[in-house]
Amino acid sequence: MAATGLSAARGHGVATLIQAATLAALWLAWEALARSGLFFEGVVPSSLKVARALAGILVDPALYGALLVTGTEVAAALAIGCGLGIAFGLVGAAVPILGEAYERYIHYLAPTPKIIFLPILLLLFGVGAGMKIAMGALSAFFPMAIATLSGLRQVDPVLVRVGRSFHLTRRQMALKIYLPAALRSVLTGLRLSFGFALVGVLLAEIKMSNRGLGFMAIQFYNHMEIAELYALLLVIFALAAVVNGLIGRLTPRT
Amino acid sequence: MRPATILGAATLLAAALALEALVGAGLLPTYIFVRPSTMLATIGDLFREEDLAGRFLLTFSSTFLSAGLATVVGVPVGWALYRYRVLSAAYAGGIAALASAPLILLYPLFLVAFGRSQATIVAMGFLVGVVAVILKTEEGLIEVRPVLRAVGSSFRLTRAQLFWKIELPATVPAIFSGIRLALVFALINVVGIEFLINFGGLGQLIADLADRYETAGMYAAILFVIIVSVVFFWMTEKLERWLRPA
Repeated sequence: MAATGLSAARGHGVATLIQAATLAALWLAWEALARSGLFFEGVVPSSLKVARALAGILVDPALYGALLVTGTEVAAALAIGCGLGIAFGLVGAAVPILGEAYERYIHYLAPTPKIIFLPILLLLFGVGAGMKIAMGALSAFFPMAIATLSGLRQVDPVLVRVGRSFHLTRRQMALKIYLPAALRSVLTGLRLSFGFALVGVLLAEIKMSNRGLGFMAIQFYNHMEIAELYALLLVIFALAAVVNGLIGRLTPRT
Repeated sequence: MRPATILGAATLLAAALALEALVGAGLLPTYIFVRPSTMLATIGDLFREEDLAGRFLLTFSSTFLSAGLATVVGVPVGWALYRYRVLSAAYAGGIAALASAPLILLYPLFLVAFGRSQATIVAMGFLVGVVAVILKTEEGLIEVRPVLRAVGSSFRLTRAQLFWKIELPATVPAIFSGIRLALVFALINVVGIEFLINFGGLGQLIADLADRYETAGMYAAILFVIIVSVVFFWMTEKLERWLRPA
């Protein structure tokens, strides 16, 4: 392999150098594009403009209001979607014929684009938080259901026998033996579910809503405030990465 | 048939029949719910009146174009990351982070650059697919069995021969896993963006029918998209298993 000749530390240094050079090159290319006039005015705003817009929206109370709305909806969507997903996993693992019967439907429905259900949710819940939470919950359910079921199926049979020998009830078995043993899978499911719930809620806000971060983004787009749009997307991606990292940190390493 | 398969199919059938009965008896409001029999019958109307076949082709051509571009770009990049490990050290973390980022939210930016057009849809499909192809290609090349490379060396193959005769064929199943993921991600995003920007094939049809309050047609279109995507995922999965017998 190419890196064998390099010492590990030197390889690491070179990698950092490449990273820095790439970022610098991307930034220069971006600025060149912004100034080139190749694009219709404002499509590629200069980084200075984006930085200014970022500072602007960070001090704007509207951002925090929207963040609160979206955050609450994502949290509610996660609670509902993951709760149902874990319940599906527990029942499917406890009664194998049920797990086997419905797993394939879950498996194949999981990757279908959930956003197409939005018109149905709109009919059911009207425009508002209910529709957005339902969209997020629907998106969050599938990864959690799949992760929990597969995690529970891999629980060490020795642990199950220990639980049985202590005459644990079904509830105790679920809470004390199965869920802790499947914790890794459940947390992996939670990370995926978070991503899907966030996308579900934000897309619902973008498509039909009048509150939240998604609505804020599409307002910027509609008013052609492109630097602000970039800045807001940066904020959203950074927040998503932070939450992702936090859940990753909770996940026990083996 | 296995009992579990029968149970699953029976549940689905029972749910459809229950919905049919409840809507038929007027227990569920018809402006929200539609009888499954009406949905199925309306799919026929969609073929006749809304050019469902044409839209199907449009959505799938966008999907295949996105995944094709993702393959053309992703395989060489994945190979470069494998060949020059320092590049992998520099970029793999960032690429993996992209894989878990909510990329679909970038669509307004592409909309700004390309307008409401096929280009926006394909660009988004490409973006979500290329990450998967890169990561799977690199992973596949790393996992080529050392004994195969040893055979190559014992025949004194050049670096290029080693790649074309040994490494690439051994990596085909992994690359196909990447292409399959690219197809799946691309389809999800293509339909989603079509729906969101009200442009293009199947996704646009759903948005359009919903806007026109054609509830039965909307349900029929959603059902059609679900059936089509499930069949598509199932087929690509079978193909992947066939390519990867282990």
